[in-house]
Amino acid sequence: MTTETAPLADAADPGAPAALLSVRDLGMTFPGPRGTLRRRPGIRAVDGVTFDVRPGETLGLVGESGCGKSTTGRMLVRLLDPTAGRVSFRGQDITTTPQHRLRPLRSRFQMIFQDPFASLNPRQTVQQIIAAPLRAQGEGKQRIRAEVRDLVRLVGLAPEHLERYPHQFSGGQAQRIGIARALATRPELVVADEPVSALDVSIQAQIVGLMERLQAELGVAYVFIAHDLAVVKHISHRVAVMYLGRIVEIGDKQQVYDHPAHPYTKALLSAVPLPDPAAERTRERIVLLGDPPSPANPPSGCTFHPRCPKAQDVCRTEAPLLTLTAPGRQAACHFPEA
Amino acid sequence: MIGFLLRRLLAMAATLLAVCALTFAVFYLLPSDPAAQFCGKDCSADRIELVRQQLGLADPLAVQFWHYVTAVFAGRSYGTGQYAVQCDFPCFGYSFQSAQPVWDLMTDRLPTSVSLALGAAVLWLLLGVGAGVLSALRRGTWLDRTLMIGTIGIAALPVYFTAMILLYLVVSVAGLLPYPRYIAFGEDPVGWTTNLILPWIALALLNAAIYARMTRNSVIETMAEPYVRTARAKGLRERRVVGRHGLRPALTPVATMLGMDLGGLLAGALITESLFSLPGIGKLFADSLNKADQPVIMGITLLASFFIISSNLVVDLVYAWIDPRARLS
Amino acid sequence: MTSHPLLDVHDLAVEFTTEEGTVRAVKGVDFTVERGRTLGIVGESGSGKSVTSLAVMGLHRGATVTGSAKLDGTELVGAPDDDLRKLRGRRMAMVFQDALTALHPYFTVGDQIAEAYRAHFGGTRRAALARAVDVLGDVGIPEPARRADEHPHQFSGGMRQRAMIALALSCEPDLVIADEPTTALDVTVQAQVLELLMRLQQERGLGIVMITHDLGVIARVADDVLVMYGGSAAEQAPADTLFTTPRHPYTRGLLDSLPRLDAEDGAELRSIPGSPPSLLAPPAGCAFHPRCAVYAAKPDARCTGERPLLRTVADGHRSACVHDEVTA
Ligand SMILES: Nc1ncnc2c1ncn2[C@@H]1O[C@H](COP(=O)(O)OP(=O)(O)OP(=O)(O)O)[C@@H](O)[C@H]1O
Ligand SMILES: Nc1ncnc2c1ncn2[C@@H]1O[C@H](COP(=O)(O)OP(=O)(O)OP(=O)(O)O)[C@@H](O)[C@H]1O
Ligand code: SF4
Ligand code: SF4
Ligand SMILES: [Mg+2]
Ligand SMILES: [Mg+2]
Repeated sequence: MTTETAPLADAADPGAPAALLSVRDLGMTFPGPRGTLRRRPGIRAVDGVTFDVRPGETLGLVGESGCGKSTTGRMLVRLLDPTAGRVSFRGQDITTTPQHRLRPLRSRFQMIFQDPFASLNPRQTVQQIIAAPLRAQGEGKQRIRAEVRDLVRLVGLAPEHLERYPHQFSGGQAQRIGIARALATRPELVVADEPVSALDVSIQAQIVGLMERLQAELGVAYVFIAHDLAVVKHISHRVAVMYLGRIVEIGDKQQVYDHPAHPYTKALLSAVPLPDPAAERTRERIVLLGDPPSPANPPSGCTFHPRCPKAQDVCRTEAPLLTLTAPGRQAACHFPEA
Repeated sequence: MIGFLLRRLLAMAATLLAVCALTFAVFYLLPSDPAAQFCGKDCSADRIELVRQQLGLADPLAVQFWHYVTAVFAGRSYGTGQYAVQCDFPCFGYSFQSAQPVWDLMTDRLPTSVSLALGAAVLWLLLGVGAGVLSALRRGTWLDRTLMIGTIGIAALPVYFTAMILLYLVVSVAGLLPYPRYIAFGEDPVGWTTNLILPWIALALLNAAIYARMTRNSVIETMAEPYVRTARAKGLRERRVVGRHGLRPALTPVATMLGMDLGGLLAGALITESLFSLPGIGKLFADSLNKADQPVIMGITLLASFFIISSNLVVDLVYAWIDPRARLS
Repeated sequence: MTSHPLLDVHDLAVEFTTEEGTVRAVKGVDFTVERGRTLGIVGESGSGKSVTSLAVMGLHRGATVTGSAKLDGTELVGAPDDDLRKLRGRRMAMVFQDALTALHPYFTVGDQIAEAYRAHFGGTRRAALARAVDVLGDVGIPEPARRADEHPHQFSGGMRQRAMIALALSCEPDLVIADEPTTALDVTVQAQVLELLMRLQQERGLGIVMITHDLGVIARVADDVLVMYGGSAAEQAPADTLFTTPRHPYTRGLLDSLPRLDAEDGAELRSIPGSPPSLLAPPAGCAFHPRCAVYAAKPDARCTGERPLLRTVADGHRSACVHDEVTA
């Protein structure tokens, strides 16, 4: 396979449509805990994250707990100010824009959260919850009512649900309300942070199906954050795999899943149990040793090296860059799989 | 851990200094003339001036404050030459009323207050925690209900009312106990107890009720924790499940509250001491307030602050000792 | 001599009396677990998986448990608490989901394991602590002697779950009930823990009850599967059979709604409409009927009449659907 070294910015196909969202070298260092005399060194939760999201596509963001998925997601919609790098939405830098100037743009990107109940105000009716972003836009009362009715139908709830409060709904229904609210302003991008992780399998499928249908109807792009690789495979067009704050592999979904280039991706995929006992018995499995290390104290060189079955000396000293390993796919490894 | 202790001690010193400065400022703003007060009745203007000089009241406020603070740690001398009076460490100055050293006044009264406070604390802990644990473990039974209704009733009684009733019934009507007065524990332990038992009860009942309710909630909550279920799943005897795995965490918040209450108790002993006319710190404070006896008031304020802050520190240390999770960070 | 299965559960039911009414959390389930084999219990949240396992362990307080559960022939339901106590931890042990809350925060890991050992075998504290270090080593904790001296919060998630397993194994039980032992873990760590459980099972001939909502985990470890829905068994079958020829409409729906790593690209997810039933006011008849595709296509009075009982549909394969011939 061809292994080129090229920075990502140049990697985009010339024929590909312009990016809706482009993220460059994004970083977040949280201040460390307070020590006796001074603060301990900061926690590098996200480091040098670079990717594009094209209009109408779904980028899946996967990785183990604590690898920085949520932190990245929150920075994409500027719920959190990055400490490095920038995020541009349709060519406009949104990392440095003052919050008040961000207002008109805000309606164009939205976020959905994992715990549907925690993100809904328990004292507001569904009507009020979904109408809030519309009111913020200064829409008229009549119009808002009509819009909200449409939205509720769109996400598969009934108009009679409008006067109820969040606690009167099941988890799946509450997530539908969160989705309706996120879609109220007809955004071009929705960042969904583990939107189905708290739901039962049968309900997960309903929400995933709903999100797919809405994408087909409205052309909205998603950044879909999850730790469940199967769900991400189902819904995404492209996938980015994170480990300890960095993207270790990114590319077309089918390629990443079928021929992972990074040893971590490979191990991750082989660790997911398949709902097929026969396949499970014969499957080759890479069992990684140890736990993911803490971002407060990351290993030197390639941060994956203490757990990597392919690690060599160079891995301990030199951090691999994210480089093109095949057209439309990059991995950060000195020895990527062919 | 060392760092933590250091930070806490520094913070403690800073707080005490702030309390000191605040009381100082308040007295400076008051219109009364301490020198005249100290000198007594029928004092000539000259003598008052002399006293003013001697007490250092003519110095600028900042200087006075500096002298006050350093005296606490190093002692100081008042006046110069033949009139010089040496006030040894720890020096809190002299009472304007009695001209006695404030430190002596306070240490005279301290045993009374400490006896009262500690005795009451032991009593309310035994009653409160006992009733709370019993209620929680027998949750929903008539015993639980009776105890909890009892606590509501007791919590509704003001302290002075309880004290009056007790005095009237036990001392006047039944004559079971003497009218309380303070007898040093060293002199006569039995007398100490019989004399203090009524004030203890009066002071302890309200807290016993509060502690009972709090303990009950805490025990019920803890017994529902997954780690208690694990203890049962291990096949431990119920006694051990409750005693070791349930009660220890359940009583941690109780210990925290006790620490805070003990510090405050000294300050709050005021009512009880006045009610039973016991010569404790609380009574001293009340008298000094009446007479605007600044040095005594300041001394007691500092002493009380010291108790409150240090018992909070002790609570945190105990907490870290009981709960290993509190040791980090 | 011993013809008993290791665990034989028959018509086990659990009821809670709450302010809103009686909750029939488990409505009569049957299953057996043999030595050296794993029974997987799968079902959605609230389907009664944990309640069932706690009933076997005799850990319900204030619940009405009826039916029978025999451990190696010894009846557990209704047994005096002191008899049960001697079996708990010793002959049957439990691994709970969230080891951080299931282990006691105040005591060291070694102490907690030693305590279990001494409760059943007595002996000195020292001997029990040495035993704790041994089992910690058995479950793959590096430097077990030092780790035994640490508190649970000083362990990583995967280590804690290993410690939980070590606790369960400390008295060499015959039966281990693991209630979602890997749900809180990352997939790579989950793989380690599942591997560990399977190795220990091989070495010691443990009978395992693996409770999970993850069909992948079931496929990985289970020999037999019990699918629960709304507090009762929907389907019971050997694992291979269940995944290749599921009979009950709920099981089929569950498998169809599962996003799969091994799926063809563009494969469709077919979700089950509606949501799991309320236990306070369960639907009449088959608890699944409001969501059942078969019922929706062809309503049948039998679905809403009596609650359908398990029927044998093939060798070792039972399904609780009146329409079994339709779905076969
Ligand atoms: N406000 C904060 N202050 C300090 N550290 C933080 C803060 N928020 C997150 N972190 C740390 O940053 C790292 C990344 O956290 P993040 O929540 O982004 O992970 P995640 O990939 O979303 O994990 P999960 O799958 O558990 O949701 C973690 O180590 C976390 O402890
Ligand atoms: N002590 C109790 N009192 C009343 N109802 C209870 C009690 N314990 C459990 N239940 C109810 O019993 C039902 C079954 O609970 P159970 O914990 O067995 O579900 P589960 O299948 O383990 O689900 P999960 O996947 O969420 O753990 C639930 O509806 C629950 O609300
Ligand atoms: S760079 Fe080295 S250690 Fe890192 S993933 Fe590649 S082979 Fe493994
Ligand atoms: S009994 Fe009826 S409702 Fe229940 S699963 Fe079978 S067909 Fe569906
Ligand atoms: Mg997250
Ligand atoms: Mg459960």
